[in-house]
Amino acid sequence: MAQAPMTASGESPMLLALRHVGKVFSNGVTALSDVDLAIREGDFLSLLGPSGCGKSTALRLIAGLSTPTSGVLDWRGSIDRSNIGFVFQEPTLLPWADVFDNVWLPLRLKGISRAKAMPAVTEMLARVHLTGFENAVPRELSGGMKMRVSIARAMVTKPRILLMDEPFAALDEITRFKLNNDLLELWQDERFTVVFVTHSVFESVFLSNRVVVMAARPGRVHAELAIDAAYPRDEVFRTSPDYAALCRQASDILVNAINTSAGPHHDGH
Amino acid sequence: MTAIDQSSLTLDPEEAGRVRQERLERIGRWVLPLAIMILAIWFWDRVCVWNEIPKYILPRPGVVLQTLYDDAGLLFSSLLVTLRITFLSLLLAVIGGVGLAVLFAQSKWVEMSFFPFAIVLQVTPIVAIFPLINIYVNNQTVKLLLCAWIVAFFPILSNTTLGLNSVDRNLRDMFKLNGATHWQQLRYLRLPAAMPYFLGGLKIAGGLSLIGAVVAEFVAGAQGQSSGLASRIIEAGYRLNAPRLFAALILISLTGILIFLVLSLVSHLILRRWHESALKQER
Repeated sequence: MAQAPMTASGESPMLLALRHVGKVFSNGVTALSDVDLAIREGDFLSLLGPSGCGKSTALRLIAGLSTPTSGVLDWRGSIDRSNIGFVFQEPTLLPWADVFDNVWLPLRLKGISRAKAMPAVTEMLARVHLTGFENAVPRELSGGMKMRVSIARAMVTKPRILLMDEPFAALDEITRFKLNNDLLELWQDERFTVVFVTHSVFESVFLSNRVVVMAARPGRVHAELAIDAAYPRDEVFRTSPDYAALCRQASDILVNAINTSAGPHHDGH
Repeated sequence: MTAIDQSSLTLDPEEAGRVRQERLERIGRWVLPLAIMILAIWFWDRVCVWNEIPKYILPRPGVVLQTLYDDAGLLFSSLLVTLRITFLSLLLAVIGGVGLAVLFAQSKWVEMSFFPFAIVLQVTPIVAIFPLINIYVNNQTVKLLLCAWIVAFFPILSNTTLGLNSVDRNLRDMFKLNGATHWQQLRYLRLPAAMPYFLGGLKIAGGLSLIGAVVAEFVAGAQGQSSGLASRIIEAGYRLNAPRLFAALILISLTGILIFLVLSLVSHLILRRWHESALKQER
């Protein structure tokens, strides 16, 4: 198993740079203002911030689901939509299709037949521990399992970058920990890049090598925290003093960000 | 979810009461309407006897049943004529309704432009439109079909349009991210998502197409060219043959019920695995 790239900056090649990116909605709300962000190959980067800080908007811009009002997204190397995987906050599965068909879907849309897609789908289902559930429909699955299907679907095309929009926010803690572990395992094996939106300090510190804290009104990058702890991270790391210290550090930055977010015309602190 | 042998369970009074209640409701759902119907038929029979009503005004239920048996050949061949119009118009309503809905789904502009006309067609009483159809269309079958179709197609169009537009936004984004073409989005996302809505419309349209067929025959039957159940009713009315009139009426009602049950079954079979409406309640 290959080790994930270490956090020392500048080691991995650049994948995407956001330069002075801003987004203003038609209703006048400035969702993002002057965001600079460099994403390197193999990064596990978390966007952490209070609601309204534009972290989901940033993710949609990266995905190409929305275009920036100002600034540019500078992709290094050839990358197109098929190199991007997206996991939504809800599992977002086709309720009428079984697990296999849901994971097959991205390949099917590329014109790949069921038989040809079979090995990739089967392998992906094994990677998310869902072997044997191929014929179940979403309503027969638990919340955690649905999210696993959603991750399998995003990964079945072997994307270079995986965008995740608070994917585990609706899950109970035990399920969330398990999915965190499994996601890290997958990431270390495949070495793709992850941009992970979350409002959980603990989750962001546990998963990422970089935590970017955002502030709201307008949405902007407040500070960045490198998480230098080595991978693989497991339950030992989760209970270690290092982890606790990092969480405290991230938490302090987040509190700071929230304080600067509250403008004069908003509910203060 | 798992089947539990309830006899081996010791239930507390509340749960036992609930089980008893459920069993009663299950039986009552069939027994009560049946009992009321039998009672009503008995009462109908008694009213005829008590008041010595002649059978050309109100025949006794037994006489109606006897007529249904005696005139079976005539009535059922007429039923076939009506059914042919009903099913053909339902088929055309499905094709036309879904086709138009898919067309509307291609663009908000198309929907905005044409939907009002569909409503106009729907709200104008068919009886009022028929004289026009009568002038412009020569073929009897086409006349009847057109009539029944106008009545039946709207619920399918309206429901399917709603369904096609009710797709989850994230799912739409997911298709966009994966570079789905317009056609793929329709085929793999919007049409399946519209299925429950379409089936709801189909259940309404099934009944309406029968009504449409009968009404069309009524209006056209005045010219004496039709031989469907409606013209049997008109004919029986002229001849004061009330038993046959009742027999034809009962046959139409039963057909309507049958159409509804069959379409409900079809809907249940298609949706039973995934849609809320077809799932048994689980506690």
